[in-house]
Amino acid sequence: MTNRKLLLEHLDVPGIQGIDAYVKHGGYASLKKALQKMSPDEVVEEVKKSGLRGRGGAGFPTGLKWSFLAKPEGIPRYLVCNADESEPGTFKDRYLMEKIPHLLVEGMILSSYALGAKTSYIYIRGEFMYVLEILQNAINEAYAKGYLGKNIFGSGFDHDLVITPGGGAYICGEETALLESLEGKRGNPRIKPPFPAVKGLWASPTVVNNVESIAAVVPIVRDGGDAYASIGIGKSTGTKLVSACGNLERPGVYEIELGLSVEEFIYGDNYCRGIAKGKKLKACVPGGSSVPILPHHLVTKTAAGEQRLMTYESLADGGFQSGSMLGSGGFIVFDEDQCIVRNTWNFTRFYAHESCGQCSPCREGTGWMEKVLHRLETGKGHLRDIDLLADINKKIEGNTICPLGDAAAWPVAAAIRHFRDEFEWHVTHPEEAQIRNYGLIQQPLVA
Amino acid sequence: MKESKKVVTTEGTTQFSAELIAKMEEAKNCFPEGKEKSAILKILHLAQAEFGWLSVHSMDQIAEILRVEPIEVYEVATFYTMFHLEPVGKYVFEVCRTGPCMLVGSDQLIEYIGHKLNIGIGETTKDGLFTLKTAECLGGCGYGPLLQCRHRFHEHLTPEKIDSLIEQYQRGEIKPGAL
Ligand SMILES: Cc1cc2nc3c(=O)[nH]c(=O)nc-3n(C[C@H](O)[C@H](O)[C@H](O)COP(=O)(O)O)c2cc1C
Ligand code: SF4
Ligand code: FES
Repeated sequence: MTNRKLLLEHLDVPGIQGIDAYVKHGGYASLKKALQKMSPDEVVEEVKKSGLRGRGGAGFPTGLKWSFLAKPEGIPRYLVCNADESEPGTFKDRYLMEKIPHLLVEGMILSSYALGAKTSYIYIRGEFMYVLEILQNAINEAYAKGYLGKNIFGSGFDHDLVITPGGGAYICGEETALLESLEGKRGNPRIKPPFPAVKGLWASPTVVNNVESIAAVVPIVRDGGDAYASIGIGKSTGTKLVSACGNLERPGVYEIELGLSVEEFIYGDNYCRGIAKGKKLKACVPGGSSVPILPHHLVTKTAAGEQRLMTYESLADGGFQSGSMLGSGGFIVFDEDQCIVRNTWNFTRFYAHESCGQCSPCREGTGWMEKVLHRLETGKGHLRDIDLLADINKKIEGNTICPLGDAAAWPVAAAIRHFRDEFEWHVTHPEEAQIRNYGLIQQPLVA
Repeated sequence: MKESKKVVTTEGTTQFSAELIAKMEEAKNCFPEGKEKSAILKILHLAQAEFGWLSVHSMDQIAEILRVEPIEVYEVATFYTMFHLEPVGKYVFEVCRTGPCMLVGSDQLIEYIGHKLNIGIGETTKDGLFTLKTAECLGGCGYGPLLQCRHRFHEHLTPEKIDSLIEQYQRGEIKPGAL
């Protein structure tokens, strides 16, 4: 497989954070091309042709989403960039923004032109304050060059770009919670419909897109949608940033062509170089903490014995029985010494902590699951707790305002599905469970 | 509310300077007329960077600057985990405890820091220098275990690195990462 890079192509160019080096390597050429030679609808058309799918997690086709944007006369429209990046395992947007900030800035202006938005916002998680400064510098540079502000490239298109921080709340990555937060409120998700495309920021039509989706518009306009779609397999087109973490020899952010085999990604020299310390692979959560965990035998192969590929379809092959999801590209790898019960408890604690508290199935359910999982993890559980978890799960799933409830429920169901023996071991070996993980004797750093 | 007692003791110490107010007004200008409330998170961060935490007095001044009711500031400040609503140490170590960091040893690291500083999670050292907190995923999962302190990330941590980090902070050598 070739290893084309569309986003991180110029990563190693010295000074690429600054506008001069960025322009020297083809930066803002897509913007100029669009503003001088293309109509907004033609830009939307190229994005549709590219097959680009939202990189924030759900994988919804970006061009299609854009075409849903309501365009009533006399009401402003907005583009909002979701830079909240808080799905455990995901750290790719931070990398992109930190290393090549102008790619996002150019993508924002370009996408805003396509959507007819005169103002756009980047909502970035508060923990990334230093990245906000990097982006603010890039925005200032773009204003100084006339790429932002009035009459950009003499096209008559005006645009202002504003960046603003969050305050530390995972839920603000959910698009309607993000909009609430951007309006200066608590991050409580809204009931849909109406969808943001009709009533979004300040009740105006709004498109919310992930950082990587917006950045990808730059190469799409440069090369054309067809060229972009020629990379990848089937409905998984183009390249994807994958952030790999956990027990890997070389964790980090990689730009891959969709269609790369999972095996190559985990073990290949150009990628993660295998499991850290020469240990064995136990399990993998391929798309951020919300997606189902895969046991080792289903990571590189599907249940049907085919090569598992890094595509939306292949990772989901087998449904929730034996598959998972590409999600946000937060690729978490577990070595043979890791305890699945402990990790499931940890993730559930995360969701319980981050639930906004609006709907009782999510607020109460996540807290309850956390308690039961903690009981199991510390050797104080009962066998019936395992079924209790499955039961709580069903009561949360599908019964909440936003998908955080599902995101909390799925990983628990998947962990029990594939690692039931490990849950049972915690019940049948209560004393051992208190002093060690399943398979791992905890090495305290403090004697 | 138990907070109210503290306001009395901190009154005066969280009075906004003209310079700070100017920065806050500037943040408001980023948003269209009538939508200035959108600047609230930026403004809360500014106040916290100045005083280390958010007193009710700070939040009341922010309400005035934004021309909203105080409750509108309280309800926002209490929702977001980055805001400290009680006095904290000069340096707050927020250590990520979520899955991917746990896989590479964050549990043990948190224990180590607590032992080293002789404090529990949520506590502050007697000299008022350090507070230990845990945080959920900080968006640096491939570089863990890690912690954040005053908008700066410290990654790939080990006990040795913690030792030297604490010394550097004690000597005042590490400046805030932003704001
Ligand atoms: C609980 C929750 C958290 C989310 N967090 C993020 C996030 O941190 N970043 C992101 O881009 N999308 C996140 N999403 C998805 C967004 O709601 C939205 O679908 C996405 O920003 C759309 O952009 P895209 O179409 O370009 O992917 C989250 C969704 C949910 C339900
Ligand atoms: S599902 Fe959970 S996070 Fe989402 S709105 Fe309901 S309570 Fe809030
Ligand atoms: S899990 Fe620690 S930074 Fe993501």
